[in-house]
Amino acid sequence: MSTRIFGSGIKRREDPRLITGEARYTDDIKLQGALHMAVVRSPYAHARIVSIDSSAAAGLPGVRAIFTGSDIDLAGLPTAWLIPDSDLKTPEHPALASDVVRYVGDGVAIVLADSRYQAQDAADAVMVDYEELPVVVDPHEAAQAGAPQLHADVEGNIAFRWVMGDREAADAVFAAADVVVSERILQQRLLPTAMEPRAASAQYNAATGELTLWCTSQNPHIHRFIVSAVTGLPENKVRVIAPEVGGGFGSKIPCYPDEALVSWAAMKLGVPIRWAETRSENYLTTIHGRDHVQFVDMAASNDGKILGVRATVYAGMGAYLSTAAPGIPTILHGLLYVGPYTIDNVFCESIGVMTNATPTDAYRGAGRPEATFLLERMMDKVAGALDMDPVALRRQNLIPPFADGYEVATTLIYDSGDYEAAFDKALAMAGYDDFRAQQAQALQEGRYLGIGVTAYTEMCGLGPSQVAGAVGFQGGLWESATVRVTPTGKVQALIGASPHGQGSETTLAQIISSELGFPVDDIEVIHGDTTETPMGWGTYGSRTTPVTGAALAQASRKLKEKARVLAAHLMEANPDDIEYADGSFSVKGSPDQAQSIQDVTLMAHLAWNMPEGMDPGFEESQFYDPPNFVYPFGTHIAIVEVDPVTGSIDLQRYIAVDDCGPQINPEIVAGQIHGGVVQGVAQALCEGVIYDDNGQLLTGTMLDYCMPKADMFPNFELGETVTPSPHHPVGVKGVGETGTIASTPTVYNAVLDALSPLGVAQIDMPLTAAKVWQAIQNANGGN
Amino acid sequence: MNVSMTINGEAVSREVEARTLLVHFIREDLDLTGTKIGCDTSQCGACTIHVNGKIAKACTLLAAQADGADITTIEGLAENGEHHPMQTAFWENHGLQCGYCTPGMIMASAAFVRDNPGASEDDIRHYLEGNICRCTGYHNIVKAVKQVADAAAGGA
Amino acid sequence: MWPQQFDYQRADSVESALAAIGDNGKFIAGGHSLLPAMKLRLSTPDQLVDISRIDALRGITNGNGNLSIGGAATHAEIAASAAVGAACPALAQACGMVGDQAVRNFGTLGGNIAHADPASDPPTALVACGATIHIQGVDGSRSVSAQDFFVDLFETDLQDGELITSISLPDCSDCQCAYVKLPHPASRYAIVGVAVCLKMDGDTCAQADVAVGGATVKAVKCAGAAAALVGSSLDDAALSAAAAALSDDIGDWLTGDVAYPEAYRSAMAGVFLKRAISAASG
Repeated sequence: MSTRIFGSGIKRREDPRLITGEARYTDDIKLQGALHMAVVRSPYAHARIVSIDSSAAAGLPGVRAIFTGSDIDLAGLPTAWLIPDSDLKTPEHPALASDVVRYVGDGVAIVLADSRYQAQDAADAVMVDYEELPVVVDPHEAAQAGAPQLHADVEGNIAFRWVMGDREAADAVFAAADVVVSERILQQRLLPTAMEPRAASAQYNAATGELTLWCTSQNPHIHRFIVSAVTGLPENKVRVIAPEVGGGFGSKIPCYPDEALVSWAAMKLGVPIRWAETRSENYLTTIHGRDHVQFVDMAASNDGKILGVRATVYAGMGAYLSTAAPGIPTILHGLLYVGPYTIDNVFCESIGVMTNATPTDAYRGAGRPEATFLLERMMDKVAGALDMDPVALRRQNLIPPFADGYEVATTLIYDSGDYEAAFDKALAMAGYDDFRAQQAQALQEGRYLGIGVTAYTEMCGLGPSQVAGAVGFQGGLWESATVRVTPTGKVQALIGASPHGQGSETTLAQIISSELGFPVDDIEVIHGDTTETPMGWGTYGSRTTPVTGAALAQASRKLKEKARVLAAHLMEANPDDIEYADGSFSVKGSPDQAQSIQDVTLMAHLAWNMPEGMDPGFEESQFYDPPNFVYPFGTHIAIVEVDPVTGSIDLQRYIAVDDCGPQINPEIVAGQIHGGVVQGVAQALCEGVIYDDNGQLLTGTMLDYCMPKADMFPNFELGETVTPSPHHPVGVKGVGETGTIASTPTVYNAVLDALSPLGVAQIDMPLTAAKVWQAIQNANGGN
Repeated sequence: MNVSMTINGEAVSREVEARTLLVHFIREDLDLTGTKIGCDTSQCGACTIHVNGKIAKACTLLAAQADGADITTIEGLAENGEHHPMQTAFWENHGLQCGYCTPGMIMASAAFVRDNPGASEDDIRHYLEGNICRCTGYHNIVKAVKQVADAAAGGA
Repeated sequence: MWPQQFDYQRADSVESALAAIGDNGKFIAGGHSLLPAMKLRLSTPDQLVDISRIDALRGITNGNGNLSIGGAATHAEIAASAAVGAACPALAQACGMVGDQAVRNFGTLGGNIAHADPASDPPTALVACGATIHIQGVDGSRSVSAQDFFVDLFETDLQDGELITSISLPDCSDCQCAYVKLPHPASRYAIVGVAVCLKMDGDTCAQADVAVGGATVKAVKCAGAAAALVGSSLDDAALSAAAAALSDDIGDWLTGDVAYPEAYRSAMAGVFLKRAISAASG
């Protein structure tokens, strides 16, 4: 190999099937004789079901069956992150509501019909008589005395109350501090909006007792586990296949009622069942993200030392506790409260609150964007209070470089970091010092420019299983992989994780090629089918490259060692005298005598002449449980101009310097950052769920919910630094969420910086033109 | 009712319900599943195809309206086994991730560059308002389209 | 979502279309206003009569100082038409801002105005530029001014069974007209759209027409704002007076929502009036 495959931005091997339309996503797979399912969904956010009359619907053309909650014998959907010491309540979440509906979109019946159109016709014709109940959608309001109650067994709507740190110690620090800044921060609800809506199809073979479920999953092995638990089928009789999956962003982690219902209906009726949600249905029933109301304080000394962070978080859980929901505003949130800074005192009380809204769960970044935002927002507020340059304030508080372990006040041990290097690089790219002069000049001309600078680190590559157990995650967080080489030297790598757009088939092949010497084009990465692949916990938390990648690197190293010993045997040399380069083994001093990795593979399969004690074949498996999280970091900078007349915001430049260790495929890394940045910027500028007081979703289609579009963005300016993770076999860190984590406060702070001459100090996200304009009016009114 | 049209150069004729959307006709009746559905309201562009050479959102047309039309879907964009230049550019520039918006994105972009060789980056970004991508942040999509636009203008 | 059941037939002439339409029938041309409503089951006709292939409804002509656009001409055709661009740039601009290119390729002007979405762009331009809507029913044809055609939210003067055959506009190649808008970031419909049509006598504004949409439940003709412009040199004082008058003009029709409230839209109407005048004068 002339080019080093590790570090090369090669084209993705996923793409030929995707650019030609040949890829098969769940709803592209037809099943002979399948019926289509439609779900009758509640139009009310909170109501008692008085009666359901499906007689008219049952008589419509093509209708084969209609079932309500009382017909269905499925166990409730489990919550799989049980936070310890939090007084956690897990209310029953039935696949279909039979007594009370708790959010608009809650399922009450299913229709099975010959066609999708007929199923919808019949679903519309099912008559449900509801008695409306009082509604609450705001998590802070829902936690107050007298709020409407959702579940009898969740007193005061409080599902859990998680405390990190020592309240009294924190209060003492704050009481003694020179400066304390405070803010109520709204982390608005977001719609994950993977472009492929969710879909599920199921087929049951009564003779063998086997159920096959095709579904839009980020973690088919977890889906198998939960579908088995909910249906009662033994796990070895459930095969879950995640075919091509069109994005997830966390929304395809949970197990939803719909997957359970298609499975049940397929078993009940003995025919295949297909279901695919529409986008409107997706916005009502697929998990939402964020939804925090935070009360945050930051303490500092007069000379700019950050002394503490303290927050009370009301986290909206929606109507039921989704699969991983309790872990998001707690473990994945509070533990990040010091970010890249030397902050010694942290306190977080996170209160999970039930509301008459769609359940929330992990959405890209999941808890960490909400932490990074509050930290970075408060840094700018402290800078304002001290009349300091926000860049100088940050620099002063950055953790100094460390290469192997740094324990912070939240008890995490960061793996490696050189925050100031990334910080300096980004500032240089942005021309920060010059910008401040340009900004002042522009202001003289009546133009409002602003800059936001975010330094961040985050925890990902989830994570050690022992930690998972300690924090109540009802699963492990290791991954496994098998590297299987055929006699002709072609590689099949089977992984338990389930990538869905990340380009992992390419990245992981690059790791194997780099370790083992097979050409990258001879390596195929296979995923997504629980029968074909080894156990794995899934693709989320920026963990597939760090965890699965490590498993593959180690499996490859085992094979390489086997190959080295076998090559030595074949060349009648001492294994210690074998040298390896570019897929070829040779004897030291006699380079003419060589065995290629392909030669050795064939001989291992033939097993005609094996060393004593060596098994035949050329295949290795590896379970890999990471010893720690990985901690990517970096600095993002945004420059905006605000039109004070309309409140419109123009994002003029966006600079991102990220450090995810050595980059296996820089083009794929860049793509993750581009996409993550746009998602995070969109939270700052345009995305936000709006419910009315009755719990009706006002942003129920893309006409009202603002998905970011190409013309809102400049070309991004990317840079990197490279600080390897000390504990990872190839030093890499995750990069799937960094863009989303860093970009929201970056753009928010830039806008507020632009508006500061106008006296505007706070605006709830998203920063729509109308809200910016209103804030300017209010500030002017105060003048 | 009967609808007949030419799809990717092949004449097809089927009996359908009058209400059948063109996108369902293509996906379900013809099993050309490259054309995707990503919204209900004509915003996302995942279903973008060419109808008589013009881009169309197949979710917002009835199959009946396309009776007699000449239609190209993503499956028919390549010619003689060679990727269309826009397909090649998306691949070379990492202009896709999950791939779900990609068929519509490529169909829209191919028509745009055909009609606007030499289009600027701003033109491209504005034009793509009818196609939504959640993965790429558009950066590499714009780069891919620009590459083809430049080549079409003779800049290659 | 998908539509409920209906019957579909294609008409080859205006007469056969009018003869075919039933009590709960709808004409469909591009269908880009109607089908989205039908998919969400907000509109449930039991019959569609397709008029998109009636040649008489498709042309764009300019003669004798009169621009005539067939009801089934598409937004893309209008936006790209040299005749429209010369005679009424505001309408070309408005049609060029409807939806996106795919939508403009199929959506028609007749269908758009029959639907009368207050946030859509063409109605505002039509009202400002003095368009006339030509309508045919089984009992004959009639014409109504755009200003009178738009009655209220999604409500027009069009009666059941009537068809929009064409839209005509006075050729205003000797005026300066423009349409500008503040688009909703999600839908790209107008939060506010303003069209102006000005006739200048040297530096003095001799005649002005102003219309606002988006901020209002229908496209509203704004006589007060227009009056404030006439006789002025379109100086800052006149523009401010016009903007102030505009808020009275649209006051009765003002609308808003949680994301973009009435107060914001009202203020933006004034801002975009100034921007429209600037665009027209540029």
